[in-house]
Order: sequence, then C-alpha cells, then structure tokens
Amino acid sequence: MSTLSRSDVAHLARLARIDMTDPELDSLASELDVILEAVARVQEVATDDILPTSHPLPLRNVARPDVVTPSLSPKDALSGAPASEDQRFRVPQILGEEA
Amino acid sequence: MITRPAHEMAAAMDSGEITSVELTQAHLDRISEVDAQVHAFLHVDTEGALTQAKAVDDARARGEKVGPLAGVPLALKDVIVQNGIPTTAGSKILEGWRPPYDATVVTKMKNAGIVILGKTNMDEFAMGSSTENSAYGPTHNPWDLTRIPGGSGGGSSASLAAFQAPLAIGTDTGGSIRQPAAVTGTVGVKPTYGGVSRYGLIAFSSSLDQAGPCARTVLDAALLHEVIAGHDVHDATSIDAPVPQVVHAARNGDVKGMKIGVVKELNGDGYQAGVRSRFEESLELLAKAGAEIVEVSCPNFEYALAAYYLIAPSECSSNLARFDAMRYGIRIGDADGASAESVMNLTREVGFGREVKRRIILGTYALSSGYFDAYYGSAQKVRTLIMQDFNNAFTHADVLVSPTCPTTAFKIGEKANDPLAMYLNDIATIPVNMAGIGGMSLPCGLAPEDGLPVGFQVMAPAMQDQRMYSVGAALEASLLTQWGAPLLSQIPALAVAK
Repeated sequence: MSTLSRSDVAHLARLARIDMTDPELDSLASELDVILEAVARVQEVATDDILPTSHPLPLRNVARPDVVTPSLSPKDALSGAPASEDQRFRVPQILGEEA
Repeated sequence: MITRPAHEMAAAMDSGEITSVELTQAHLDRISEVDAQVHAFLHVDTEGALTQAKAVDDARARGEKVGPLAGVPLALKDVIVQNGIPTTAGSKILEGWRPPYDATVVTKMKNAGIVILGKTNMDEFAMGSSTENSAYGPTHNPWDLTRIPGGSGGGSSASLAAFQAPLAIGTDTGGSIRQPAAVTGTVGVKPTYGGVSRYGLIAFSSSLDQAGPCARTVLDAALLHEVIAGHDVHDATSIDAPVPQVVHAARNGDVKGMKIGVVKELNGDGYQAGVRSRFEESLELLAKAGAEIVEVSCPNFEYALAAYYLIAPSECSSNLARFDAMRYGIRIGDADGASAESVMNLTREVGFGREVKRRIILGTYALSSGYFDAYYGSAQKVRTLIMQDFNNAFTHADVLVSPTCPTTAFKIGEKANDPLAMYLNDIATIPVNMAGIGGMSLPCGLAPEDGLPVGFQVMAPAMQDQRMYSVGAALEASLLTQWGAPLLSQIPALAVAK
C-alpha cells in the first residue's frame, strides 16, 4: 500500500490546521507508515457485497416544536472566549489588509 | 468507612451513623494524603463538594426522601463538563476553561444527591490506554505506583483503588472504562450505546463514545448506572426506552440456566498465562452457580482493532476541529496582524499532544479523497461484519465473556514510544464499541506471576445491560466467598489503616 512521505504529512498537517515542526513531520511520517500498514488489514475482508455501518443505531432526524427554551446568556456563552467584544467572539483578522 | 462499598456508605448515612459532610471530608483527607503519589485528580472541588454534602445532610435531616446514593462522593472524569469547574479533557488546549453548563450525567447526579469531589486525570481527549498521554502528567496505579492505571480513564479507576472515591464516572470509546477497571481491580461498565446521554461529554469519536459507571462493587455500579441512564432531549442518539433493570439484576446475581458464551478469538495466544488461568477459574465458578458455558466464534474480531484505528481517528479529526482558538481554550500567536488561520495553526500545534496529533493526521488521511474507500469505507464494512458476528454469537448465548485485557498493568513508559503495542491492549474491548452493545469488567483475581489484578469481561446485547449485572454479581459473590475479603483489601501500596 502507499507509503507516506514527509511532504504528504506536511500536506495533511496543513489540512488539519496544525503548524507542525520539522522533527514532528519526520517522526510522524515513519510512525504513520507502520500504523497504516497495520490498519490496511481491513481491506482483506471488506468486499463489495458488504454494506458499510457508520453508526450502531438506526439514526433518524429528531425535531421539536419551534419554541424558545432557556439557553446560555451571552455572558455565559462568551465566558470561555480567548477574546470578546460587544457580546461577540473577537477573532484575529480573516481577510487580508486590502480586503 | 472509606473502604466500604458506596451502598453501605449510603446506608450508614440513612441510619445516622455518619453524615455526608463527614464522609466527604474523609475522602478529601484521603485525597490530600495520597494524591501526590497517585495523581488521580486534576482538580479537587473541596468547597463545592462540602456544599453539596451539606445540602444532602439537610435534606435527610428534614426527613426528605433521598436517592439510594445521596451523599456518596464521586470522582468525575475530566472529559465531562461541570458548570464552573475547570475541565480540560487532559489537554493543554483547554487549560483554564470553565464550562458554562452541566453535562446531563452531572445534572442527574446532582439531582440524586451525589457529591462530586473533583475531576480525574485521563489520556488527552480520551486517546490512550495508560493515562500517560495526559498533558498534566501520568496517573499511577495504586497496586504498584510504577505501573499504569489503564486509560483513558486511569484517574477514575485509580481513585477507586486508592480509596479516594467509592464511585466514579468514566467514558468508553474503545475500552476506556473497562481496561482501567481491569488493571486496578475495580468494576467498570460501558452501557449500551445511547443508554446514557452524551450531552456535555467532550466528543472524541461520536459513534463509539459512551459514559458509564465505575465502582468497587457490581451493585454500586448498578446503582450509579440507574442514576445516569435514560433518554435525554439534548442527545438525539440517546435511546428513548426504559432503562434496563440493572439494580434488580445486581441484587439477585442469578445465572441459573443462563448460557455464557466464551469468545474463542478473545483468548489464547497473546494473553498472559495468569490472565488466562484466572479467567478459566471464573468460568468454573459461573458453571457451579448454574450457568451453562458454551464456546462461540467471532471470526471477524481479528479485524476490529484495525477498523477501530481508522474509524476513531477519522471521527476525532472531525470532532477536534472545534478547537480553533476562537470560542474557548487557549489562543497562541494573536499578535498584531496575525491571521485567524495562523493563530489556529499555532494554537493547535502547541495545544495538542503527540498522540492526538497522530490520530488527527491519520484520520485526515483516511477521510481524504482517493483513500476514503480503501480506509474509512473498508473499516465501516468491518464494523458490519463485527455486528454480524455478535448477532450470530448471541443466538447461541445470552452473554459473551472474555478476559478484559491480554495482560495485567504494564510499566509506565514501557509502551510510550510504540503506538501499535499500546493499541493492542484494547483488542478485547474494542468489538463492543464497534457494535454499540454493553460491556462490563470486574476483578477476577491476581495473576500469580506478578500479583496484579485481572479483569473479566461480560458483554450483553444492546439494551440487555441487566444480563451483565446478573453475571457480574454472581461471579463477584462466588469470588468473595473464595477470597474471604474484597480483592482491594490485598492492595500492597497505599494501604488504609483498618
């Protein structure tokens, strides 16, 4: 099966939004190779005629009447925020200066 | 008093022998005395616990009818939120966070008068089998402080074995209640998936996660199970059906005529000799108690571990995306002009530990286009095969049994640099989570070669949790007769003066 290069792991880390250091990328690449080889065993028995199971219970949508019920106050909802302002979460800039 | 079962503590409060404040203080004293060595707790809520205890004492004094565990102290795994109490899930990324609400299990316990002593240590985000992955340092096994207390709920199991608490709450995604119970000589139950609300449980792998009771006796686990179980409008996956009669089953411990299936694939090669001998002796005791022992085969269980280490990382890579440094937890690198993305990337790099990153990357890979079918898709098919194996086995037996773990507690540090060796510890517990059924571990003796506890696992079909308690109570009673005293009375380290 496929082996993971260091640049593959760097790409995955970018997708996962983790700013990994070079030594981390190196060690993860070799560890993941070993782990992937072990977990690839699932392919031995996963034939086309078997339906996949995503969840142990038969899930269905659950709805409730559209009425207002008690919920967190803005103060409580913001209580764990690293930064807040005017009853909102304050976040670093999302768009560039020119935008 | 602190070495007694929870139900006896409750009886002593009912009869006026002791108050909840005294009992709670005795446990707080014990925590002060031994937790520097055990490190079971990440946070101790002395003031809150004594306030809760006083409220229960007042209610009893007024003659109010209180629940069967009212006034009994409990240790809460730090993956479950409690209003105003620091909650980290063992991660640096949540350091200092105080949740603004109670998990449903916490609400139910508070309503039942259970006194919450504090939050227990765990592998970061419940990923691990040893509690070594906690950002706050490992917990030590009270049987031998150089060994692991299991994981991820090692703080909860250690607190029971060290007599710091008579009850605890754990969560079990691949064995995180049962494996710690096994290696500390305590009882741990993973209820049927959906049997206990997950509202307020910080999600690791949502289709596998399940909170459950931890205790020192089967009856205590059942009493706590009944407190926390039941449908919850805040969790759409919680089952809307009557709670199985687990307390009734635990009180009776009747296995006459019950068919007990020994899973052929969860025994034998790779299982420590002392684990196998204690397991075999337990089967003989159950046969003497009137059960019929049969052998069943679940051929696809050998693929369960591989499937688990695709499904759980895939779900975790998605669930842990919420830790984005915007709404809660730490924020790193928020200097003038820094972008939200760079802050997010830096915070996650600093905030997550090694195992969590490993699983996020693995899950990201397994879910990426081009690899999805080969990895996550195949793992989901294996999940189907495992459920079929269980369904088939349950046509031959009422419950299934196995050793909980292949070995007794290993040394701290022994497997820290070998993820695959660590994962193998969960080989017997994972199939239960994949199928969403119930699983229990209870102590069945000490392995002769190392003098450490061995766990006996009982598995029951979905929403037939009472069957585990029948078997557990029957085995516990037979073993107690044989031993003459609870297994924990033999604990060498941290002995309690009688």
